[in-house]
Amino acid sequence: MRFTSHRDFARAFERALRRAGVPVAFSQGFTPHPKISYASAAPTGVASEAEYLEIGLRAEVDPGELRAALDAALSPGLDVLDAVVATGGSLADRIEASRWRIELPEVDPAVLERAVSAFLAADEVRVERMTKQGRRAFDARAAVMSIDVLPAVDPPSGAPAVSCAILEMVVRQVTPSVRPDDVLSGLRAVADLEPPVPPRVIRLAQGTVTAQGAIADPLEADRDGATIG
Amino acid sequence: MSAPSTTPRPTAANSVWPRLEPLLPQVTKPIQYVGGELGAVVKDWDAATVRWALMYPDAYEVGLPNQGVQILYEVLNELPDVLAERTYAVWPDLETLMRAHGVPQFTVDAHRSVRDFDVFGVSFSTELGYTNLLTAIDLAGIPLLAADRTDADPVIVAGGHAAFNPEPIADFVDAAVLGDGEEAVLEITQIVREWKAEGSPGGRDELLLRLARTESVYVPRFYDVDYLPDGRIQRVVPNRPDVPFRVHKRTTMDLDAWPYPKKPLVPLAETVHERYAVEIFRGCTRGCRFCQAGMITRPVRERSITTVGQMVKEGLEFSGFHEVGLLSLSSADHSEIGDMCSGLAEQYAGTNVSLSLPSTRVDAFNIDLAQELSRNGRRTGLTFAPEGGSERIRKVINKMVSKEDLIRTVVTAYTNGWRQVKLYFMCGLPTETDEDVLEIADMAHEVIRAGRAATGSKDIRCTVSIGGFVPKPHTPFQWASMSSPEVIDNRLKLLKQAINSDRSLGRAIGFRYHDGEPSLIEGLLSRGDRRVGAVIRKVWENGGRFDGWSEHFSYQRWVDAAAEVLPSFGVDLDWYTTRERTELEVLPWDHLDSGLDKDWLWQDWQDSLSEYEQDDCRWTPCFDCGVCPSMDTEIQIGPTGRKLLPLTPVNGMKLPTGAQQ
Repeated sequence: MRFTSHRDFARAFERALRRAGVPVAFSQGFTPHPKISYASAAPTGVASEAEYLEIGLRAEVDPGELRAALDAALSPGLDVLDAVVATGGSLADRIEASRWRIELPEVDPAVLERAVSAFLAADEVRVERMTKQGRRAFDARAAVMSIDVLPAVDPPSGAPAVSCAILEMVVRQVTPSVRPDDVLSGLRAVADLEPPVPPRVIRLAQGTVTAQGAIADPLEADRDGATIG
Repeated sequence: MSAPSTTPRPTAANSVWPRLEPLLPQVTKPIQYVGGELGAVVKDWDAATVRWALMYPDAYEVGLPNQGVQILYEVLNELPDVLAERTYAVWPDLETLMRAHGVPQFTVDAHRSVRDFDVFGVSFSTELGYTNLLTAIDLAGIPLLAADRTDADPVIVAGGHAAFNPEPIADFVDAAVLGDGEEAVLEITQIVREWKAEGSPGGRDELLLRLARTESVYVPRFYDVDYLPDGRIQRVVPNRPDVPFRVHKRTTMDLDAWPYPKKPLVPLAETVHERYAVEIFRGCTRGCRFCQAGMITRPVRERSITTVGQMVKEGLEFSGFHEVGLLSLSSADHSEIGDMCSGLAEQYAGTNVSLSLPSTRVDAFNIDLAQELSRNGRRTGLTFAPEGGSERIRKVINKMVSKEDLIRTVVTAYTNGWRQVKLYFMCGLPTETDEDVLEIADMAHEVIRAGRAATGSKDIRCTVSIGGFVPKPHTPFQWASMSSPEVIDNRLKLLKQAINSDRSLGRAIGFRYHDGEPSLIEGLLSRGDRRVGAVIRKVWENGGRFDGWSEHFSYQRWVDAAAEVLPSFGVDLDWYTTRERTELEVLPWDHLDSGLDKDWLWQDWQDSLSEYEQDDCRWTPCFDCGVCPSMDTEIQIGPTGRKLLPLTPVNGMKLPTGAQQ
């Protein structure tokens, strides 16, 4: 599923809504669109364990049934973990930061450790990326709240048994957005870190940032006391 | 740590996925190589006795919606001991990486190597996919030439409309199937199943022989082609006693018994058609003389209104698509099309489902249908296809539409609220002159003038779209000469000037066309013989890929390869394209039987030259084209008199069965 672009996902999700018989609300106009808003979609090529979206409905449904019906209608690999009734406030406002994990096969953890130290020591790390507006340069450092090298673990099954360095980081939602590949560009800029094979990136969580710098469940405010899932 | 949920499913034992996945971040649109579509089937490799890899030899976005492949995929996978997976042409960026990393041509379902399958079936709707076939064979690690293959290689079977003359790819495929595939794949499967159960006696040769003996599978290696000193074919004869002189096409009768696709593939990636398509009938006897599809798919076999209604209901429930296409070669000709359109429009009123009908018939009835279908608010475009600019050329091609009819029809569309219509024509037709083509401009001008007068509005437009004529095997034009690209391009230039000669009218007319060069190459491939295989190979070796895509097609590459290869056979590119054939010439596909009587085809060609029109046998007596008696088939049309009943509204969400809440 990591190779699904956001457009692909949106189309698949709309079809799943129809298959599941969800009474989704449509926009008015000549070509009505279902009312769905996606919060901060993961870039193509990135796996995610935490994506959030809002759906406008024509009728009230039981969130548990909605979750089960949608989950059954979606392709394997796209799982609906939870659904809550929105109580107000924009979902986008509650997505303040993401936690990412980056697996860097064939990278020596010690080398990665040194690159991360150099990155953290810098006040600003300029990187460039092609955007729809053309090539843009921006700072990749300030948005990074934390970045750590994890202890090495066994490589994922099926992959060749070579060393694999793992990075975990919390990045704030800013504009222009700082994506995991921008941080990797930053590591290249400060320490010439060149992964020999393409890294694998996973989004682990999204949500509000607590005073301690941790990421909290963005749907917390909508739950009426009882926790689900 | 558990593997993150990045693979679509548990990796199959013989999957190339672990080697493919690291390459995907480096290519464009990697999602097209991942599979995992709704409707996709992954079966246990070891539990299957016959394994098919099915290919549509174009990019995933074009190949995935292909009905033929989807139908065969479903028909085969319904058999418990048969496994079918799909593969598509990979773009050059991935091809380069696959070669560098030793990753073979793979299926998108379980990412297995194509070479591991028993049968590799390739469906050709156009000859421009031939170079992509070579890429796939080579990437699969299968020898390019059928003659070099061993028992370790799959049997490569070509199908689809282009397989009615597979001679240009005779060196590269092991077999070709003519006609409808549903029953053919089952018969081939049965032969492979029995042969394997017997311990594969006689190896590959014996298997091919058993296929050839069905008289509906063509195995080129069992036929020799002799040539005359002037380059023409002397004869095509079997080189062993136990294979038939002629190979016959397959015809699936009773489409209600084959309601496929039941579970259409719903991709995650974006593709050219995002809809549930139902074939409402197969075959066409309108008799347009340029139309290969209409000639080789006779007779007309309708799917009944009730089966169509059932398929639409189940197909939409399964897929979640919100668009339905009612497909056929001329959909407005279905005997119950009116009831079908109003019934479906009624059933889906108030939902967001839109219905579409590829419209080609030039009459007011078509507009009634289009209005019925657009009741949900969404207007699909209207396209009319007079095909020929002048009354005279329309008689030559047997497209019976008068200029008055066309203008009246288009004006009716404008007065009913359509602001834009598309008119489709061909350029380069037999006997065509500059004047015939320039009449297209007059027609477009009159359409706009009459439309403005009738609506009182200047806000109406039409688009004139021109395709290049390519003479096809098994049509009355199979003997015709093609015009050179220079002639075509000059005519198109004159037409453009004529359209814009009146600035006010010209502004309301869009003009789209293809230039003559790709058509000439398509003409080489469609009427080519076995010697053209060397040209295809040379083009492919020089980098030819995706010839159906203008940004990849190189006319010069084809011209150069033809100039390099063909003279040694005493022929050239012109010999295959701009040369008119005579009545007695042996054509490369004469030993392949589409059911059409060659004498009737010749007579129709002569009728064409004398501008004599031929009626449709659905409404007038049989004119002896030969298909029904030789294929033992008959016209199957309604009306059945049945109607579509209102759907019972389904309330509430579909919960998975046994779900615990």
